[in-house]
Amino acid sequence: MDRALLEVRKVSVRRPGAEVLRNVDLTVGRGEIHALLGLNGSGKTSLALTLMGAAGYEPEEGRIWLDGEDITELSVTERARKGLTLAWQAPARFEGIPVADYLALGMDEPTLDRIEEALEAVALAPRAYLGRSVDSGLSGGERKRIELAAVHAMRPRLAILDEPDSGIDVLCLEDVISLVRRMADEGTSVLLITHRDEMTSVADKASLMCAGSVVSSGTPDQVRDYFARRCRPHADLLGSQPWGEGAGGAYERVVAEGVCDE
Amino acid sequence: MSVSWRKGCVMSRHGTPGVRQSVLKERDPAWASEFEAMMEAYEKAGGRAEVLQGGRVGSAVISANQVLAVNQVDGVSIDAEEQEHGVRARITVAPGTKTEHPVHLCFGVVGEEGLQEIVSEFEIGEGADVGFLAHCTFPNAVRLRHVMDARVHVGANATMRYREAHYHGSEGGMEVLPTTYAVVEEGGRLETEFNLTEGRVGRMAIKFEVDVAARGVVELTAKAYGSGDDDIRVDEVVRLNGAGARGLIRTRAAVRDGAKSEVYTTMEGNAATAMGHMDCTEIVRGGAEARNVPVVVVRHDQARVTHEAAIGSVGKEELETLMARGLSEDEAVDIIIRGMLRG
Repeated sequence: MDRALLEVRKVSVRRPGAEVLRNVDLTVGRGEIHALLGLNGSGKTSLALTLMGAAGYEPEEGRIWLDGEDITELSVTERARKGLTLAWQAPARFEGIPVADYLALGMDEPTLDRIEEALEAVALAPRAYLGRSVDSGLSGGERKRIELAAVHAMRPRLAILDEPDSGIDVLCLEDVISLVRRMADEGTSVLLITHRDEMTSVADKASLMCAGSVVSSGTPDQVRDYFARRCRPHADLLGSQPWGEGAGGAYERVVAEGVCDE
Repeated sequence: MSVSWRKGCVMSRHGTPGVRQSVLKERDPAWASEFEAMMEAYEKAGGRAEVLQGGRVGSAVISANQVLAVNQVDGVSIDAEEQEHGVRARITVAPGTKTEHPVHLCFGVVGEEGLQEIVSEFEIGEGADVGFLAHCTFPNAVRLRHVMDARVHVGANATMRYREAHYHGSEGGMEVLPTTYAVVEEGGRLETEFNLTEGRVGRMAIKFEVDVAARGVVELTAKAYGSGDDDIRVDEVVRLNGAGARGLIRTRAAVRDGAKSEVYTTMEGNAATAMGHMDCTEIVRGGAEARNVPVVVVRHDQARVTHEAAIGSVGKEELETLMARGLSEDEAVDIIIRGMLRG
């Protein structure tokens, strides 16, 4: 059996005022599309940032391996150069950087053809976007698509896509699903963070996060079933984000009262 | 010596019309060599020498206190007079003139030391629409001072766009002191952009004051990138004196090492429905220092002036987004700064 591409073992991360990840275990295989599910505030984005090596998300405990190599102590740049990248949930804006240059940044050998192809894969007309800046002149949905195009153009070994469907209207969801499939076909493994059931249809495997831990892994159907039967959102958390101001208290209540019935 | 040229002539100060460099070299080697050096310096500042020499666009080339060449186009008159330490120039755009290409201006000093004083007047006639593309180049500056004193008059319903790029070499021995006073008449529009983002800055102190009449529009943009012990200072004042006048002051500066950037801007809303905004971003690296002091003055209860400023390091999210594409932290910062200065 092939060695897993990503292995996460017993990773815990503490941010000021709260433990955002607790003993996380996760395995993503080669060429696999792995959906990561969970309620708002369950720790999905924290895990994405931890995997990417973002500042402030250094594990207190546990290790992360990419293709058998321990990357726990590596910088964001070093992880990226080893083939790991992240499409942020709310991508940053860059004044004065044209879309074409932005896409070229992550490519080993950038060509205009490949850049245009990446834009077409997210249903953006290259002619209309190549020269535009990746700044506040783009709508939220356009910016998300360009981020996905940049990740696709990079041809990473593992792409973490943090809610690629948020901010993109339902009619265009199929574009995102097609892109994820295409990336996998081209050899990129995908860790797909999502809230939407439709998105999990594209996944080979899935994991469910709750209160900072991965509580279930298996096929998407198994994980959906687990969620439906055994999880109930805590009343205090409905409509709230536990990582916001005063989050520590809310988080502690979730753990103490057991939002997920393990 | 006072020199005035007519349309369509590329001339030396000896009055040889329409000739190219190779011929001029035979007739006046000293002039040709100075011209050639200026063209090389002009390209270092981002200019395109072939456009300047092409004869199809209005242009002027001034090296130290010499007027090396002038080309005039329909409706644009350039009169230049050589002074002891520089040049006095009057640029007049006839009412209703609309130029197809911007007028190209090249100022500079090729040597390492000296003083260049440019005194200029821009008169933009009613209803005219004209652009200027100026390159100021001092590629070998060790101890050089460039002083500019400009008066600008934008007539009613006229538009003037003025873009100026500087190149000061790598020594940091340059002092640039441009002062401008402008008046924008009713319905007129003035857009300026000052750019000093390649090479060292040295010491730069920009002063710009403008009075804007009813329905007039002014947009002032200044961009600079300082390193070493560079010293950047921007003082800009916009007075929106007429009803419906609008103003924008936009400043982008990046400083690293021990460089300093100080931005002082004032926007006055002095009439009904006048609207102004000041927008300043300064990025600081290492032991550099940045300061922004916006002053908002409103003298009419239907006027509105706003300001926003972001001073400090490059944002963590921007940085990590680029690092996640494989760029090092330094590469990412450089790309973000260069983008900001280009945008």
